[in-house]
Amino acid sequence: MDEFLLRALAAGLGIAIVAGPLGCFVIWRRMAYFGAALSHAALLGVALGVWFDINLQLGVLLVAILVSLGLFVLQKNQRLSNDTLLGIAAHGSLAAGLIVLSLMESVRVDLLAYLFGDILAVSRADIVWIYTGGLTCLVLLAVFWRSLLSVTVHEELARVDGVAVERMQLMFLLLVSVVIAVAMQIVGLLLIVSLLIIPAAVARRFSATPEQMAFGAGVAGAIAVIIGLWASLQWDTPAGPSIVAAATGLFIISFFYPDKARMNSDIGS
Amino acid sequence: MKASTTLIDVAGVSVWHNQHVVLDKVDLKVHSGEIVTLIGPNGCGKTTLVRITLGLMSPDSGQTHRAKKIRIGYVPQRLHIEETLPLTVERFLDLGARGQTHRFERVLHQSGAGHVLKSPVQSLSGGELKRVLLARALLQDPELLVLDEPSAGVDVVGQSELYDLIKSLRDEMGCGVLLVSHDLHLVMAATDRVICLNHHVCCDGKPDAVSQHPEYLTLFGSRLQDQLAVYTHHHDHKHDLAGNIDQSLKEEHANHG
Repeated sequence: MDEFLLRALAAGLGIAIVAGPLGCFVIWRRMAYFGAALSHAALLGVALGVWFDINLQLGVLLVAILVSLGLFVLQKNQRLSNDTLLGIAAHGSLAAGLIVLSLMESVRVDLLAYLFGDILAVSRADIVWIYTGGLTCLVLLAVFWRSLLSVTVHEELARVDGVAVERMQLMFLLLVSVVIAVAMQIVGLLLIVSLLIIPAAVARRFSATPEQMAFGAGVAGAIAVIIGLWASLQWDTPAGPSIVAAATGLFIISFFYPDKARMNSDIGS
Repeated sequence: MKASTTLIDVAGVSVWHNQHVVLDKVDLKVHSGEIVTLIGPNGCGKTTLVRITLGLMSPDSGQTHRAKKIRIGYVPQRLHIEETLPLTVERFLDLGARGQTHRFERVLHQSGAGHVLKSPVQSLSGGELKRVLLARALLQDPELLVLDEPSAGVDVVGQSELYDLIKSLRDEMGCGVLLVSHDLHLVMAATDRVICLNHHVCCDGKPDAVSQHPEYLTLFGSRLQDQLAVYTHHHDHKHDLAGNIDQSLKEEHANHG
């Protein structure tokens, strides 16, 4: 196997293993659109990264953190509904990102690579980024798993139980920001959210506990990466979209499997 | 009645929200072994007062004293868990009281939901869910039980059963109980003291005395008749509560009657 392909596989699997468990929280907390907004905003991070000539992932991470902090504060004192706020943040910063990119006439930026990813161009340094960021996320997720789950189930109950609710919410936003920054090169900003939510949605049908679902989501994501890369090699299709298409395929196939959750919940209601 | 301690002492508490008075110099005391019911129309400040009692928010002015290291069991009005989150009742209880699995069967039995331990939380009926929430509160060995609209989302038969249950739990454990309700006729039998709230404390006393109080009658008089005559009114009202009510709507309701 070529080395570039091995690197692509390592990068893809690294992302999938983190995005799965984190994606579970994204769908449990109904934050898919939040993730989408952050990843749109991330293009501004790319633009600023190019402008100031810093590491692009770092630029994306900083902008994603800033935007999620801004949204966090606005949502606490909200006058507008959440989806409106998210829409403004997403498209406002996307527009700003495009403008900044267009101002730099001397620099030719391959926009498509950021929007749709370029997993086959992953370097060793990128892999270090992915595994450092990913491992940090997984450790934090494991340590605060219980508190995060409590906050997800019922905020006020968690608060009464003494969980630092705001801290957990902020940490979650931080984790999503990190994943967006490191996953950008794999599937691209437009498709990152799919890597968070589709494997989690696939795993839901096979899970009876939150932990099973988190694990299953990691596995489903890894399978999608392998199939997607293989298909991309076989038919010369773009790698990022192929991975997402593979995940979607898994999701459709999962419908033919009897639904564990549904079977149980039919008894009561 | 044996000597009781003061669990919660809220004195002269005021809260403003967007230049509106939500609570105006409100006093509230709950002693151990007593059931206090907070009653008032939607948007009268009941939930705000409960949040202050629980320590979830602090008032703009006034004093709050809680007994030292008091164990509070809180039963929220609603629990919505996404269908996408696989969670059994057992796991839900575990989130509130880690490592006490051996007690789960017993508290569920106590709260009358002994059969649901292994069921997904999403499969429970409104009444079962309330009982599971109550069981979760019981796991704290509460000195004070706080129940926000325990009858919301529960069918009519279940409602009176629930109030009987709360009363017998109080008798068993000697804890203080703070109930929030919007209809007095339901809680009459199961309460020692009623505080009628409409931003300020309108009246305060034994249930039969409060039900005769002129301020209470102005607030609730017409509605009580509606409830006796046309039952659908009651149902409309509950649907209102099940959703999130915004502040402007609340204000309207508060002026009603």
